[in-house]
Amino acid sequence: METFLQQLFNGLTLGAVYAVVALGYTMVYGIIQLINFAHGEVVMIGAMVAFTIITLLANSGLPPVAIVLIGTSCAIPVCMIVGYALERIAYRPLRNAPRLAPLITAIGMSIVLQHVAMMVWSRNNLAFPQIIKTETYDIAGASVTNIQIVIVILCLVLMGGLLWLVHRTRLGISMRATAQNPRVAGLMGVNINREIAITFAIGAALGAVAGVMVGSYYGIAHYQMGALLGLKAFCAAVLGGIGNVPGAMVGGLLLGVIEALGAGYIGDLTDLCAVPWLFAGLAARCAAGEHISLFGSNYQDVFAFLVLIAVLVLRPSGLLGERVGDRA
Amino acid sequence: MTKSPMLRVAGLAVAYGGIRAIKGIDFEIYGGETVTLIGANGAGKTTTLRAITGLVPPVAGSIHLNGRDITGATSFSLVRQGLAMVPEGRGVFPQLTVSENVAMGAYIRDDKAEIARDVERVFSLFPRLRERAQQSAGTLSGGEQQMLAIGRALMSRPKLLLLDEPSMGLAPVIVQKVFAVIESIARDGVTILLVEQNANLALRTSDRAYVLESGLITIAGKSADLLSDPKVRAAYLGE
Repeated sequence: METFLQQLFNGLTLGAVYAVVALGYTMVYGIIQLINFAHGEVVMIGAMVAFTIITLLANSGLPPVAIVLIGTSCAIPVCMIVGYALERIAYRPLRNAPRLAPLITAIGMSIVLQHVAMMVWSRNNLAFPQIIKTETYDIAGASVTNIQIVIVILCLVLMGGLLWLVHRTRLGISMRATAQNPRVAGLMGVNINREIAITFAIGAALGAVAGVMVGSYYGIAHYQMGALLGLKAFCAAVLGGIGNVPGAMVGGLLLGVIEALGAGYIGDLTDLCAVPWLFAGLAARCAAGEHISLFGSNYQDVFAFLVLIAVLVLRPSGLLGERVGDRA
Repeated sequence: MTKSPMLRVAGLAVAYGGIRAIKGIDFEIYGGETVTLIGANGAGKTTTLRAITGLVPPVAGSIHLNGRDITGATSFSLVRQGLAMVPEGRGVFPQLTVSENVAMGAYIRDDKAEIARDVERVFSLFPRLRERAQQSAGTLSGGEQQMLAIGRALMSRPKLLLLDEPSMGLAPVIVQKVFAVIESIARDGVTILLVEQNANLALRTSDRAYVLESGLITIAGKSADLLSDPKVRAAYLGE
């Protein structure tokens, strides 16, 4: 039970971050049906920029919270510019090309961004200065840190803010209209290119915040950190139903929890001592108190992709995704 | 008529991948008129509208709206010049609510109080839409969607309203209703370009008409005259 609760908290933290990153994928997909595979790299750049600023200011005597806020508010505009530049340079010229072309370009852009980051920030693991003192709280035997709590709350606020933007503001309504029928939205006076650019910028801003959160949660930034994080967030977006904003939120949280619980229990689930007759000598070693598991928690990355496969096989439109016919 | 036309199309030609869908047509619409463009399927009616609204670039010719050259202009800039379109197949935003669809029609406007008054006007013109204001537009019937598309177009307070096949796919009773609304919009002083396959109805609703055949205008004249023209009657009115 303690493991369960502990992994649930860890999963919620991770899942909240996945959700915020997944929003970037799903918003862009919703409006131009493009999987922006470079989005994970935008998140990485957010973490990197924040790392630089926070390192610079670490000994400035400013209160730690202020330093992190300054770091984040530098990361956001940088990521928004990167997101906008991606759209402008890499995707807009291919707007009417076959769908494979922008997809390949997206993968290309992700490689380009990784290597630019490698040149700027080196290929080393960059340790985030631990300026905020970690405090640990005990909840029913499971421990939760102040950073985890802040991450979850911040993610929920961001998601709430985005839902408000998309459903309650004129910008949000015109973005949804553009997603559903760009030609007609244009006839209403909506500048489609502007809507698309704004979508990229908002997704990138969310990505920047996610990058800072991941960096400070793990305490490490690396030029390749965006690749796996991006892929998992993409899985989360597919799980929730790609193109669907609440879907990305649900998908992200769910994926984080599945992954954490999977990592927590995979050792028990693949415990070879449950089948002592499997090979000679196994029973004896188990009797001696040895734990022999087929897979350990280092297999946690597998779960995101198992979920992706399961969704694609069982429910391709995702949990909250609309049936394809509704788009017509 | 001595005043200059609201819309003047001159020598317009449009091609899709080398094949000319419109082969050089001229027509004009004066303020306050209802003009119809009739013709068979594939004659180039929708292509003409798409060229006017900037959705396809013309290969030749020019389009002037109120004396300003709008040839090849982006579609989003045209609403601000007083042009609105009800697209073929309605084109409502299926996952937006009816209210949100109507609000999208007023996208270019900022005068909140006036917008609220116009929303009220659209809802009194189409009471069904008021009942379904919070429903997503995709759940409406075809006729209701057509009403919504027209109401939405009116929200920009257009001077020139383009209607692409408003009768398409609708039951005859609903078609009658839609055309009654179009007539009342015309009476309010909105200039209308009506593109229709239902030639009988279109000619009865309009002041003047052009007949489009394989990308060329072959007949032009007063709608009443065309209605009694034996050639038109034979080709388009099924006699």
